[in-house]
Amino acid sequence: MTAGVEERSAPRAGSEEPEQGGARAARPRVPWWKRMWRDRTVLLFALPGMGVIIVFQYLALGGNVIAFQDFQPYLGISKSLWVGFENFGILFSGDPEFLGALRNTLIITGLQTVFVFPAPIVLALMLHSLVSNRVRQLVQSVLYLPHFLSWVIVVALFQQVLGGAGLLNNFLRANDWEPIDIIGNADVFYALITSQVIWKDTGWATILFLAVLAGIDKSLYEAAAVDGASRWRQTWHVTLPGMRPIIIMLFILKLGDSLSVGFEQLILQQDAVGIGVAQVLDTYVYNNGVVGGYWGVSAAVGLVKGVVGLVLVLMANKIAHMFGEEGVYKA
Amino acid sequence: MSTSSQTQTMPPTGASGPPPEGGTGPHRTPRRRRPRVIDGVATPGPVESVLKGIILVIACALVILPFVGVFATSVASPEQVIKAGGFVLLPTSIDFTAYQMIFSGGVVTRALGVTAFVTVVGTTLSLALTATLGWALSRRGSFANRPLLLLVLISLLFGPGIIPSYLVVERLGLLDTLWALIIPTSVSAFNVVVVRAFFVQLPQEILDSAKVDGAGELQLFLRIALPLSKPVFAVIGLFYGVGYWNAFFNALLYLSDASKWPLQMVLRTYVVQDTQLGGQDLGIDTASLPPQTSLQMAILVVSIVPVLIVYPFLQRHFAKGMLTGAVKG
Repeated sequence: MTAGVEERSAPRAGSEEPEQGGARAARPRVPWWKRMWRDRTVLLFALPGMGVIIVFQYLALGGNVIAFQDFQPYLGISKSLWVGFENFGILFSGDPEFLGALRNTLIITGLQTVFVFPAPIVLALMLHSLVSNRVRQLVQSVLYLPHFLSWVIVVALFQQVLGGAGLLNNFLRANDWEPIDIIGNADVFYALITSQVIWKDTGWATILFLAVLAGIDKSLYEAAAVDGASRWRQTWHVTLPGMRPIIIMLFILKLGDSLSVGFEQLILQQDAVGIGVAQVLDTYVYNNGVVGGYWGVSAAVGLVKGVVGLVLVLMANKIAHMFGEEGVYKA
Repeated sequence: MSTSSQTQTMPPTGASGPPPEGGTGPHRTPRRRRPRVIDGVATPGPVESVLKGIILVIACALVILPFVGVFATSVASPEQVIKAGGFVLLPTSIDFTAYQMIFSGGVVTRALGVTAFVTVVGTTLSLALTATLGWALSRRGSFANRPLLLLVLISLLFGPGIIPSYLVVERLGLLDTLWALIIPTSVSAFNVVVVRAFFVQLPQEILDSAKVDGAGELQLFLRIALPLSKPVFAVIGLFYGVGYWNAFFNALLYLSDASKWPLQMVLRTYVVQDTQLGGQDLGIDTASLPPQTSLQMAILVVSIVPVLIVYPFLQRHFAKGMLTGAVKG
């Protein structure tokens, strides 16, 4: 993400642009079809990869028109009836299933913002302050690992450890204590999925923070130490301000994602705990659309979700600019 | 001796309380010792170090322990697994029956084949598409270079949504084929940007001199750009590989034919959902199956081990590879 976003302004500003960039102004303009023919090999290189992106990102986007249709798979997009905004009525009709999904999504996003988002920042500060590089690398390689496991594996591991016949409960029973019902218990479901996300991704998420921490100018710390700043004061006045841009950037991106909470994670655990707590907007779209056949309505929900996410990112970025931060990208 | 050094190093930790007084002149002896400093950065005090140590050890244990349990249970004897009622941490004897069973040609073996195929073919295709597109986008000043780059970058900001993606795959006739697991996710815009960033910073002189020697676009790419960027492709290839190996969403969405299921779908059905794994599922006709837990743990191990094998390679490269892309842009 980071790269992508900085990329946009970088080449434009670059003064070492190859011949064409500067020469174009001086030389008489070459007609576009001649330039196209001249660069045909480069274009051929771009074609397959670009094709995949255009088909599965941009063309697919067009599929959202079924949100305005009474879509029937056997009729296809061209023959299905157009119904205007009728499908969007679900958003306002007070449909309990939709409202439930919306509520669960917001709860989970809220929990993730409060507990999951700061975790890697704290962990990165801890790792960064380890004096021994060897120890740090060892801890890093252990804590990065869960990121590379699939959600299916993570959920299975949690079941094995916390489930009814799992490690924890076997241990409790062996000591004549009451077993605790965690897996499949709706009351603790949000705590469970939040801890799953923390377990899986906190380690990996430190990687960007650590890179930023390593880049903070050492002389700032020296200056602070000369001024008599304690360790905590150094952290407060040097480290955290140094991390602010990346924290804000990631927060904006997180905001854009706030309506998509772990589709795989939730769909895997829905059966065990029930749809009442485990249905979120993404699983609602899947369950009602692809599985249930209510294509139009589900597409409408998905479309609104996507648009809201995009608007949130753009707005958050704007606000960050207003406060003099760099944000994710510069318009 | 030890007590005195203790008291001397204590202050930095205690300093979190009262801030250092601004009133003391620069030449007066400070009342408290300054924190010990390495490279200008204060080192943590003992209390903080111990606390941090405990937290990190617990964190590492929480990550490692489940793996140990899974491996141990998969090789523990049936009696021990039954007696424990499930998870075993220390196997008393080693028994590989569960592995023999899942490798004897049933659902698990087939799923493993599917996943291996998807991973190998998918990673190869992804690398080819990413490298060529990254190269094309790195040729600044060529026709439509900027609009194409913009298309790639904008695609990072949104996803088309579940249903539209499904409709495209359906229209292309990819439903219930293994290509549905490969093609839709074959190009990661992020990786394209990383590769492009790497190509852009290749020394222009080398490319120019090769051009003078008569190298065409294809030769520049194959003979110069690719050999110089092996490390980047190693990392990106590993990421793609792990992605295909772990792919679950696409299989759930696009495959209704259970005979084409990859490993992750089998895992979901027989481990997460706890569906009974019978003799005919495994392609064997023994009545004396090992306990379900043993079989389940063996499937889990089989799906984790390949990730563990590539992990050290990933680990060595990713900090370098990803960060050159992410930080330098």
